[in-house]
Parts: sequence; structure tokens; C-alpha cells
Amino acid sequence: MNELRTILGDVVTRLFTDLVTKDLLESAERGEWPAALWQAVEENGLTLPLVAESKGGAGGTWDDAFVVIRAAGRHAVPLPLAETIVGSWLLSGAGLDVPSGPLTIAPARRDDSLRLVRAGSSWELRGSAARVPWGGAAEHVVVVAETEGRPMVALAARGAVVTRDQNLAREPRDTLVFEGSPVAAAPAARGAPANAVWLYGALARSAQMAGGLDYLLRQASQYATERRQFGKPIGSFQVIQQNLAVLAGHTAAAGTAAANAFRAADRGDAAFEIAAAKVRVGEAVGVGASIAHQTHGAIGFTYEHALQFVTRRLWSWRAEFGGEGDWAVELGRAVAERGADALWPHLTAR
Amino acid sequence: MQTFHFELGELPPAAEALRAEVREFLRRELGDTPPVLRAHSWGGFDRAFSKKMGARGWIAMTWPKRYGGHERSALERYVVLEEMLAAGAPVSAHWIADRQSGPLLLRFGTEAQRQKFLPAIARGELSFAIGMSEPDSGSDLASLRTRAERVPGGYRVNGTKVWTSNAHLADYMIATFRTHHDPTKRHEGLTQFLVDTKLPGITMSPIIDLAGSHHFNMVVFEDAFVPEDMRVGEEGAGWRQVTTELAFERSGPERYLSSFALVLELIRAVSKDPGERAAATVGRLVAHLTTLRQMSLSVALMLEAGENPNLEAAVVKDVGTTFEQEVPEVVHALLGLEPTIDSGSDLQQVLGFLMQRAPSFSLRGGTREILRGIIARGLGLR
Repeated sequence: MNELRTILGDVVTRLFTDLVTKDLLESAERGEWPAALWQAVEENGLTLPLVAESKGGAGGTWDDAFVVIRAAGRHAVPLPLAETIVGSWLLSGAGLDVPSGPLTIAPARRDDSLRLVRAGSSWELRGSAARVPWGGAAEHVVVVAETEGRPMVALAARGAVVTRDQNLAREPRDTLVFEGSPVAAAPAARGAPANAVWLYGALARSAQMAGGLDYLLRQASQYATERRQFGKPIGSFQVIQQNLAVLAGHTAAAGTAAANAFRAADRGDAAFEIAAAKVRVGEAVGVGASIAHQTHGAIGFTYEHALQFVTRRLWSWRAEFGGEGDWAVELGRAVAERGADALWPHLTAR
Repeated sequence: MQTFHFELGELPPAAEALRAEVREFLRRELGDTPPVLRAHSWGGFDRAFSKKMGARGWIAMTWPKRYGGHERSALERYVVLEEMLAAGAPVSAHWIADRQSGPLLLRFGTEAQRQKFLPAIARGELSFAIGMSEPDSGSDLASLRTRAERVPGGYRVNGTKVWTSNAHLADYMIATFRTHHDPTKRHEGLTQFLVDTKLPGITMSPIIDLAGSHHFNMVVFEDAFVPEDMRVGEEGAGWRQVTTELAFERSGPERYLSSFALVLELIRAVSKDPGERAAATVGRLVAHLTTLRQMSLSVALMLEAGENPNLEAAVVKDVGTTFEQEVPEVVHALLGLEPTIDSGSDLQQVLGFLMQRAPSFSLRGGTREILRGIIARGLGLR
């Protein structure tokens, strides 16, 4: 890891450790927008890692973004930080101005259709999008829609919220409706596909989940050295040791798969790596959350214990922007299409 | 708690250039080798093939030139290994010597031993086996009992080694014997030796595996005389040397590619237009494969950088062997094909072979339980 990225990692860890407290998470779950946290994150320059410095961003890479998003997952940060990072990248790639404040991205579901329609010399956005992350809290929505045969990026002011909803972690997942709202729009950066929101949303979730697994491993290992039964720490029992070693393996695989996808995003075409990451990390989440809870026993099943802030997020995030099944089908079809003999050359060329 | 660290890295251009050369060689050498033979992975034993590898300079790649090595980087070696395994080349005749015995001699052997053995290993002419396990010593390696007693000019050896893979084919064995017995200090008193497999006093008998194949052996020593100059390292230093040696074999591509031939046959079988279930199965396997390759490569890069990624290597082996063991199960769940020995399709035969081979993946070179114990120690639990 380069030195700048190490510094970035220290900054986000310190910031989130100080500010993302249990009280803050509880109030966020009651629906309060953590304004002070957002302000601190924005002031520390963490929201726009992929936007050029001349446009007010950090001028960094996806590898830098990975450090921030993974840490946000590790600390269960109740903000659309990953969404803002992806949204601002899409905007700046299309040459659009990046507004300050929290962004979200839409459509968040594969079948939702948002249409960008020409209105004289400008553009209008029509249609509805369900389960938009922080749809009601974000000040702007970044949309990618295929228009006149090419992917266009649009920046809309928050649309009308028709339904407020939430995921298991009580993060807002709202339905937004646009009825001809005027929007700024421009062709997406070269190489950005029409499904960029879906794809890069999955990328972001894979990093958040890798971070969440980091937390589970550390937390469960620590708990196992503290909790005593039968006169000794439960971590001294082989059965607990073996379970936590399995959790460690999945955590390591998840971190690697996610990092690999972010590295590919810096190179350009990352569809293969993103699909692989969403599949591998999602699978790790299922096993990992189960082992972490089993290790904690009944106390980890309470709202009182902080474990659930992460496990409930993981259970939702693995289904958002496509579950393991969706991405495995996509990946499998691409692999089958290339044929068996192309598999190894493909793997080694990535 | 130690932190796990799998930094991604890139192979240097020299290693990638070598890849093309290796692929071309394998295409020519392996020709139309049937998939079920390729599925033997690093189990295929072929001295002629190993000599060709030696002639190409693809054994002993990282060793000093004065011992017949080629002074290339560990990453170039990594590329050769992964290409061999992905193609299912019969590398077994030189694999152990290249991976373990040679590096052991380089590190702990005498100058005379290095001169005598390393160039021949590098040429692909000397095959090695490893004599560690005994009837009462599997995972509990410190309980080894085979005795090597000092006699004039050397040692007299009595005892029994088991599960000694390819001992019946190998020229030499690196064997660990007990030279001193103190029940309170079990890790002391172990010593490693270079043992000529043709020595008088050594009797080998096959141990047939569940599939009817012969690669394991029982090796009985009855007053076998091992000359003093065949001792590797100091008397009593065996435990440290053995644990070093085992670390050489933990994170390589052989720890996740053992079922690669079956993944390929599966992809061939589901054709270019798979249904959703088949596509999801293939996609999931490939997601695991590509992740494991990055993990294994990451450890190789750490080793090349002079770091000590013991914990990461144990993680790669545990996750990798779990994956390669799962592949036959996944193929069965998807297709429900009958696994076969020598009838049916290539897919059925590869499935049949690997289904029977898979239980060994999490036993060889340190059981899953031992590895997870190592990982748990890294987590601060023991």
C-alpha cells in the first residue's frame, strides 16, 4: 500500500472511530440525519476521491476510494458515502459539475427504468426508481440512463419521494418519482456502460461488506478472548478456534476480491472483477455473520450489543445491486461464452 | 490479533513473457492428453517430462547458478508452476525436490550435499520423497519414533514411515528421524537425513489408496545404515527445519488448482448457452478461482519481497483446499452425473477421479484442523 493510502486509512479510521458511536447509529436508525458526521466527512475530503482536484475533489483512484468505502463498512457509517463517491465519479466522468452535499445513485434495481427525455435544448427525467439508497436524504440523484443509444449521466435534484422505506439496518431505501424534472445531462465517460449504477453500486457494496467482515473478525476474536465459560476464555476451545479460522478465511477472501475489483476499476473494464467480488464477498457474508453471531451467543443477538449494526447491514448489502445469484449467472454466462479453453488465459490476464 | 494482509500486486513483465513460452511448451508436450490424466495435477509422475523441464531451465529456477539453478525470481517460478498446474502437466517427478528438498538443502545442507544433489535436481534427474509421517505420528509430528542411533561413520536407523508418496519411484528421501529421546522435550532430538531409497535395510511396500492407486508407501527401516555425511543440518535441529520446510508448501497454486480440470470439463459440458442454474454454478466457481489466484499471488509477492507471510499462507491453503474439495460436490449437485472410472464422458471420468482424490486435499501437507489452529494462533486465541 502506498504511503498516501496508508495516511488516508488512518484518517478515516480515526474519524469514524471518534464520530460513529453507538448513540449516533441508534439515532440514525430512528431516522435522524447525522449532519455533523456528514460535515466532518465532507470537510476531510472523503466524499470525492475520484473527482479531479480542479473540480474540488481529491484527484485519487479507485484504490483510494476502496480505503474509504471499506472503512465506512467496517464502522457501519450511516451515510450515503459510497453512493456519493460513485455518483460524483459518474458526474465528473461526464463533465458535469459535482454539487456539494450527499448524493445518491439510481436506479438501484435492474428492472427500474428512468428515462431521460430531450426537452428543447435541455433534458427531463421521467419514471420511478424504488429502493434508492438514502433517496430522501441525499440532495441530488445521479442517474445513468441509456438514451438515443448511448449511456447518459444525469444530475437531478431530489425527486418527489413517494414511499419511504428502509433496509434491515434501517438505512433509507426510498422510492423516488420524477415527472419531467429538468436535469443536467451529458454522455457518460467513454467506457462507462449503461448499467454503470448497477455495476458500480455492486462494487461499492462489495467494499462495504469487506469492511463489515473485517469488523466481525476482529470483534468476534476479541470477544472469544474475553468471554469465559467452564473457567476459561471460550477462544481457548478448539471448536471456537476452528470457527473463527473459517471466518478469517472468508474475511481474507472478501477483502481480496473487493480490492481486486477496485484495482480493475482503475484499469477500465471491471465487469468481470466486480461480478466476482459481489459473488465472493456475498458468500463470505453469509458464513461470516453466522459465525460471528454464534461466537457471541445470546448477547450478540441483542440490540444492546453493537454486533448487529454490522450484521444487519451485511444481510441487506449483499442483496443490494444484485445478489450473489444474479452476479454468478452473469459471470457464468460470460465465462461459458468465452469457452473452457479461454478461462485460464482470461484469469491470468486480469 | 495479527492482521491479515493480502496486498494485491502485479507480476513483473519478465514473468509474463515467460508465461507465453511455458504455454507454448505445454501445448506441444501435452498435446491431446486426456482430461482425466490432466486431472492428476501435481500427481502425475513422468521422468522424461521432468528432464525436459530441467533442460528448459524451469526447475530450480531461483537457486544459485553454481548449484545448477537459474537465479530467476520467485515470481517467474510462480508463473511456471501455475501454468503447469492449470494445464495438468505431470510434474510429480521433480515437484517435491523443486519445492521442498532442494530449498531445504540450500538452506541447511553441507556444501558437499549441495554440489552433489542440487545440479541433478535442477536437470530433472533426481526425484525426492518426504519421510515424515509414521504409524503413530500424523498431525502430531513431534511424536516421531523412528530412531537413528549413532554408529561409527554414521547412523543406524530403525522404524517405519507411512504415507510416503512416490517413495517407490523416488531416488532419495528427506527423512526426519529421532536421534535423541527425552519425553519431556519432544520437539528436540529430531534430525533430518538424506536417505538413498535403495539402501540395504529399507523395505518398501505399497499402501493402496481408496481408488486402487499406488502412490503411498510404507517404508520400513531395519538396521539401515545412513552415512554421517547424509545428515542435513545439526543433530536435533530437525523440528525447526521441518517447520521451515512445511512453510514452503503452503500457499502455492497447487493449493487451489487441484480440481481445475473439473471446472474446465464443467464449462465444456454446459456449452456456450448455459441455463441459469448452470451459469450460476460456473460463475460462483470462477469467482472463487479468481479470488484464490489473487490471494496466492499476493503471498508469492510477499515472499519475493522478503516478508514472512506465514499466517496468510495458512489462510490460502485452508481456503484453497476447501474450494478444490468442493468442486466435485458442486458439479454433482448441478448435474447429478454418475462419476466413472474409465467409461462415460471426460466429465464423468474427471469427476470420478477427483471425487475420490478430494478427501486428500485437506489432509496432505498439514490437515485443515492443524492449519486452522495456526490461523487461530494468529487471531490471538492460542
